[in-house]
Amino acid sequence: MTGWLASFLNHPATYLKWGWFQISISNLIVILIMLALFAAAILIKFPKGRE
Amino acid sequence: MSTPTHEMWTARLRSSWQRNLPIEKLLPDDQPAYVASWIYVFGVATIAALGVIIASGIVLAFQGPAWYHTSDIGNFTNSIHFWSVQMFFAFMVIHLWGKFWMAAWRGNRVRTWITGAVAFVVSIATAFTGYLVQTNFDSQWISFEAKDGFNSVGVGAWFTVTNLGQMLLLHVAFLPLILGVLTLVHVLMVRRRGVVPPIDAVPANLEVRK
Repeated sequence: MTGWLASFLNHPATYLKWGWFQISISNLIVILIMLALFAAAILIKFPKGRE
Repeated sequence: MSTPTHEMWTARLRSSWQRNLPIEKLLPDDQPAYVASWIYVFGVATIAALGVIIASGIVLAFQGPAWYHTSDIGNFTNSIHFWSVQMFFAFMVIHLWGKFWMAAWRGNRVRTWITGAVAFVVSIATAFTGYLVQTNFDSQWISFEAKDGFNSVGVGAWFTVTNLGQMLLLHVAFLPLILGVLTLVHVLMVRRRGVVPPIDAVPANLEVRK
């Protein structure tokens, strides 16, 4: 594996900290993707099935 | 003198099954109009991910750590197992969010909700024991960190995270069996009661989509 993904995955996680709260960037990305999927599932129209 | 058929437990079970879960409910070919939404896709996406987890897990179990740590195809299968677990949890949590905000326990569906919640907890235990049986330095680190936590709440002698044999059997036999049974019961309950309608559904929405 090469490139930015390799340098991102092959190093210890980077953490964001706000006081008592801390989260790794990896976990934050996963949670943001899940929230985006949830929003998309509600907002995007389902294709029409059999009529 | 033989017992009358209608009093046999097999006959009672059969008639109860036919009354509560006839084959038309078990294998429907039509769904109400409101099911035509992407938010209803995440339950079956979770089951699909579980299928990939089980299939890749069976391959890992047969081939063993010496294969999945050293060969390219072994590493690939190991990654398939890991990433399908990530997708399983992501889909399951989105399914949970959707069902929570539509109050999916309505309409006598509380046992469907509870089996789903328990399946979620069992999934966490299964994933945790999976991290412990990787047979690498990562699993060694996780188990030695976790043992202090379990010892501090007094269960360390019974649930020994540094005992590879115990964790492996829990991960590949006991917990998947419990999770499989819970998933099956959960799905059968969904089939019995039907997919929960939206909170503001009007009778026209409840008609079966042809």
